[in-house]
Amino acid sequence: MTENLIGGSFPRIDGVEKVTGSATYAADMKLPGMLYARLLTSPHAHATIRDINTEKAKALYGVKAVLTGADLPYRVGLYMVDKPVLADGKARYFGEPVAAVAAISEEIAEEAVKLIEVDYEPLEPVLDAKKALEADAPLVHPDLDSYECIRGVFCPKGGTNIANHFRLKKGDAEEAFTRCDKIIENEFYVPQVQHVPMETHASIAHWKPKGNIEIWTSAQSPFAVRHLLSVALGMSQSMIRVVVPYLGGAFGGKAGIHLEPLVALLSKAAGYRPVRIVATREQEFMTLPCRQGLHARVKTGVNAEGRILSQEIEYIWDAGAYADYGVNIGRASGYSGAGPYEIDNVKMDSLTVYTTKPFGTAYRGFGHVELFWAIESQMDIVAQELKMDPVEFRMKNLLKPGATTITGEEITKYTGSVRKCLEEVAKEIKWGETCGDGGGETCGDGGARGRGESAPADAPTNAPTNGRHGSRSKGKVRAKGIAVLHKAPAMPPNTASSAIMKFNEDATVDLLVSGIDYGQGTATSLSQIAAHELKLPFERIHFIWNKDTDFSPYDWQTVASRFTVMGGLSIIKAAEDATRQIKDVAAEALNVKPDALEVKDGVVFVKEDPSLALDYTDVVMGYKFDNGNSIGGPVIGRGNYIAEGLTNLDPETGQGLPALNWTYGAHAVEIEVDTRTGDIEILKLASAFDVGKVINEGLCRGQVIGGCVQGVGSAIHEQYIYDKAGRLLNASLTDYKIPTVKDIPHEITPIFVETPHDKGPFGARGVAEHPMISVPPVIANAIFNGTGVRIKELPLSPERVFLALNPGRSKT
Amino acid sequence: MESSDMEITLTINGAQVTARVDPGLSLLAFLREHLDLKGTREGCGKGDCGNCTVLLDGQPALSCILFAFQASGRSVTTIEGVSEKERLAVIQECFIEKGAIQCGFCTPAMILSGKALLESNPRPSREEISEAISGVLCRCTGYQKIVDAIEEASLRQGGG
Repeated sequence: MTENLIGGSFPRIDGVEKVTGSATYAADMKLPGMLYARLLTSPHAHATIRDINTEKAKALYGVKAVLTGADLPYRVGLYMVDKPVLADGKARYFGEPVAAVAAISEEIAEEAVKLIEVDYEPLEPVLDAKKALEADAPLVHPDLDSYECIRGVFCPKGGTNIANHFRLKKGDAEEAFTRCDKIIENEFYVPQVQHVPMETHASIAHWKPKGNIEIWTSAQSPFAVRHLLSVALGMSQSMIRVVVPYLGGAFGGKAGIHLEPLVALLSKAAGYRPVRIVATREQEFMTLPCRQGLHARVKTGVNAEGRILSQEIEYIWDAGAYADYGVNIGRASGYSGAGPYEIDNVKMDSLTVYTTKPFGTAYRGFGHVELFWAIESQMDIVAQELKMDPVEFRMKNLLKPGATTITGEEITKYTGSVRKCLEEVAKEIKWGETCGDGGGETCGDGGARGRGESAPADAPTNAPTNGRHGSRSKGKVRAKGIAVLHKAPAMPPNTASSAIMKFNEDATVDLLVSGIDYGQGTATSLSQIAAHELKLPFERIHFIWNKDTDFSPYDWQTVASRFTVMGGLSIIKAAEDATRQIKDVAAEALNVKPDALEVKDGVVFVKEDPSLALDYTDVVMGYKFDNGNSIGGPVIGRGNYIAEGLTNLDPETGQGLPALNWTYGAHAVEIEVDTRTGDIEILKLASAFDVGKVINEGLCRGQVIGGCVQGVGSAIHEQYIYDKAGRLLNASLTDYKIPTVKDIPHEITPIFVETPHDKGPFGARGVAEHPMISVPPVIANAIFNGTGVRIKELPLSPERVFLALNPGRSKT
Repeated sequence: MESSDMEITLTINGAQVTARVDPGLSLLAFLREHLDLKGTREGCGKGDCGNCTVLLDGQPALSCILFAFQASGRSVTTIEGVSEKERLAVIQECFIEKGAIQCGFCTPAMILSGKALLESNPRPSREEISEAISGVLCRCTGYQKIVDAIEEASLRQGGG
């Protein structure tokens, strides 16, 4: 079958392995002689390590290696090389690994960990990113100035807790505020949350006597692991092999490098025996990375017609103890941090700030879930102040062809249409009409028109008084909300991908790429692209699942919703290369010119006379003439792609071209708020994305539904909670709740807008992260429209909503 | 072998197994480490996430908080016992066709929970399906397609 390869709903190619339980994840693997590692973690958020005594642990039967930070003078990091393999003289967060043991069993390793004695001198913790900026704040990294980082892109400030300060200036925000009819300023807060993949981090490393290292690991990026490890250890990349088997969820938390250096060094210390570590769920929460917190301040100036003239934004990112990845979140959310709006005058400061908490890393949306909490809440507040419908207000200000982004990039007809997304979801939710059958419950539909009249005496301030929100006698209020979003892949401007297609004797094709399919379905959609481009039946494409730096072609990382685009473009080029080779050989065999030939379904034939044809099986290993003379040889297609046309951003003004492509989207929601409990039911969530071109509709819908529900987690359920000493209090799935099947919206309606992207494969753009973005503000906007209460801190937990609705009630 | 080990006999995926195990050994570790049945997954080890679900005498049970000896004399079904050789069970086919899978880590637990439900209630409502899988956490799919898949399996098996 070569018809309808693009746009259909092919079932995922890894289905059988997954429904039979035979898919192998890193923690399922066992190597001969393998040892088991366990970690000792810091009980303090901030402490000097005066001494560590490992004698008793080393003496325990079965213990093969014990390491502490003193043994490991290595630092790792993707953008900012700030992270020691084990705490180096100082613990910077509760849960930081301080020592590690490798032993012949998990039980013995755990027993040995308990025998390690650490003498800590507790230091004052730094638990608030805003306070971390104060002049007398304790320094999390006193030696910040000495760290390696990508200079010119990131700028750590020695003597402070600032890992990076991204600046952007477009126009003259200060001057423009003087021309505004209204200026509205608000602060918003997003706490740290976690990815919570069902598979915790797991790595196996085998340091070989020859000096080479083999690693099997739960990583999004085998080449990033190899590169960062080679830099940290000062080894050639050719001495390191990284293999990624099936991956049980990642969401950014397995990008970059994590436990791999530690297990590699344990393997060496244990006499070159392989060592495996599997993080406990508790360690997944407190030791491995989370998502950064965000303090946002947004000041928006509008004229009476509702045009945004000026915006001043300050993002203070709570990076936690390390910012090796976090600095780029601060940068990426800086250059896209005003949302998909056309604003001539913008001043942006995005600061990545160290605190003594678990560190943040990439998490689905890369800062955009957080920043859009601020932006899309603010846009509704501004519309409310203007007494303007939130859809109408956005339509006046959203980007359109001819407009420029805040970095000076011109929007074209190929960029995609956020307006179309908003129109689609507004239509789907029946914006402007009263809510569905609420059994007598009332509805705020988001129309802010008519607000600002006198509020009822018992209502909180800003209560909509358009008569729609009505009584709360039954305790339930229905309401609608809307929000928009955008995101581009956040990556270095020279990010690259490659693909190899190896023909087998029977004219099936081994497809090698190094994008990891941790559930998105990329392997299936890339196989579709390969089959389409080779004009071969889908069944003939054999996608090579395991990624192995020894065999797989290079790829930067599977992050940033970039792989269908960049991997897809590499595959298109590889298919062209392979087809050209096939045509060259067939042309000589058939005595015609290559361009007289066409290919289809594994046959190469003369266009003018299709009876002159060769089956691929006679060509792809070389063609043999009747007399035995042979030509050609095994066909191997090769393709690569590097992001083209991107630039570094000006360090002072943030101007430049950072985005390969923008994917726009919008959500509309109808909710029911139980004013007696603060509980929110999501009745319907409509979500539209301008994906350019749907490659696989079923998988695309799966991304949207899954992303939306993860967004509901960030919106309503999830947050890290600390005590005053900075100890994480909810490092378990009992105390940190992610959505269960009972927490999902009653209905999720994915909508795909297809404005082709001129550079994407078939016009496609990525959409893996986007569904999660702006889910929190769409719910908060609906809460406001229903109750008149504006909540500016996440999560929108029943407790927070109840207290906001009942300002007289105290927490106790 | 230590003197405190105890002998257990149980049926696993239809075959009788006898083994000597430490009394503290979890059923999950017994399945994964002793029998190499890796389709049963550990997501938390504390009974919170449900990813280690197996069927004990046909009922979903959390293998990470059961001792192996507690399964003695009983019948355990893991994901490896759901299909007949290479022929997938209807519920497995429905999971693939309905797109109820992403990373695949929770999939065995979801399928076993659905299978147990359909055996006791061949034509469940969507609410009943949700109830049956509510103890298993999934971070990828948003659950909707998992409910769709179990509902489809019910219809195909002629439930009701």
